[in-house]
Amino acid sequence: MPEKSASNLVAEPQSPPKIRSPKRPAGTLYRGKEGMWSWVLHRITGVAIYFFLLVHILDTALVRVSPEAYNAVIDTYKTPLMGLGEIALVAAIAFHAFNGLRIILIDFWAFGAKHQRTMFWVVIGLWVVLLAAFIPRQLMHVFGG
Amino acid sequence: MSTAVADNKPAAAEVVPTFTATLMIRRFDPEVDEEPRWEDFDVELYETDRVLDALHKIKWEMDGSLTFRRSCAHGICGSDAMRINGRNRLACKTLIKDLDISKPIYVEAIKGLPLEKDLIVDMEPFFDSFKEVNPFLMAGPVKGGKERKQSPVERARFDDTTKCILCAACTSSCPVFWTDGQYFGPAAIVNAHRFIFDSRDEGAGVRLDILNDKEGVWRCRTTFNCTDACPRGIQVTQAIAEVKQAIIKGKP
Repeated sequence: MPEKSASNLVAEPQSPPKIRSPKRPAGTLYRGKEGMWSWVLHRITGVAIYFFLLVHILDTALVRVSPEAYNAVIDTYKTPLMGLGEIALVAAIAFHAFNGLRIILIDFWAFGAKHQRTMFWVVIGLWVVLLAAFIPRQLMHVFGG
Repeated sequence: MSTAVADNKPAAAEVVPTFTATLMIRRFDPEVDEEPRWEDFDVELYETDRVLDALHKIKWEMDGSLTFRRSCAHGICGSDAMRINGRNRLACKTLIKDLDISKPIYVEAIKGLPLEKDLIVDMEPFFDSFKEVNPFLMAGPVKGGKERKQSPVERARFDDTTKCILCAACTSSCPVFWTDGQYFGPAAIVNAHRFIFDSRDEGAGVRLDILNDKEGVWRCRTTFNCTDACPRGIQVTQAIAEVKQAIIKGKP
C-alpha cells in the first residue's frame, strides 16, 4: 500500500468541505473541452455576424431610397461607439473564419479529427495575432482624430 | 469518521487507510418531487474505490432509496453512465482518487433523455435510434465456400467501432442531441459505422441512406464531447466523419 499518497488522502479532508448546493435544481453545466467551446463560440459569432449582415444590407439598401438618409446613417457609424463595435465585428468574423477552416479540415482531412485540439489552439493563435495587429490601428483611427 | 484508521491496532497487518469524500447527488423521485434536488452524502472510502462503490455505500448503508443502474460493475455492460463532475463517465470506471475530493463530487443523470428517477433515465429513445440503423450483419448467401472470409486489414478497418457498449455516454454528451432529440446521436452512427465498413456486410447503401437524413450525420457539429466521453476510447467524431465521407462518395 503506497503509504505516502494514502496519508495525503487522509490528512486533507479532516474538516469536511463546505457544501454549496447549486441554486437551481437544474443540472451542472456540461464540462466539455476545446471542441465544445469552439462550437459555442462559432455559434455565437455566427449569429452575431448574421445580425450584422442584416443591418448592413438594410443600410446599404437605404441609398436607393434616400441618399440623404443613407449619409446620415453612415455618419453615425463614425462615432467611437461604432468604432469599438467594429473591433467586436472583426473579432467575431476572424474567429468564425479561422474556426470554419478548422471544421472543414475535421470533416475532409483524414487526420483532422485527430488533430482538432492542436488546430483549435492554432485558430486561437492566428486570431490573437490578427487582433493584435488590427486593434491598435483601429483605436488610433477611432480616437486619434 | 476517519478515526477508524487508528482504532484497530494490528501488529503487522497493513491498515487500509480511508478518507471521506462528499458526494452531491441530483435526486429525483417522480412521486414526491416536482423538480430534481441536490442531496449531499459524506462517504468513507478507500483509495481504490470508484464512484460506483461510493454509490453502493450510500444505497446499502445510508439511504436505500437512492436509485441507479449498474450490472457488471466492470465497464463492460454499460449500465452506469452518469454525469460525474459535469462529464459523462461510467461510475464503475471512475476512481474517486482521480477526482478532486477537496470539493464535493457532483453526480447526476445523463442529459438529454427523460429523467425517470434519481440517476435513471429512459433509454428507449436511445435504443430506438440504435435499432433504426440496422445494427446487424446484412448479407446474402455465402458465395463459394462455407465462410465469409475477411483479411486482418479488412477487420482492422472497423475495429474501433466494435468496442461500443451502448452506455449512451456519447449520445447524452452531445449538445445537438440535448436540443434535438430526433438526432440519431453518436452511438447509433458508431454502430452503423461498424457494419458500413465491414467487408462482409452488404447493407452499407441502406445504412448510408438512413444516415443521409436531416437528423442523420449532418447534424454532427464536431464538438468532440462524444470522443471525450466514450469510456471505451472510441474515436467517435472520427467515425462520424468517415460516415460523412462515405455518404459523399456513395460507398464506404
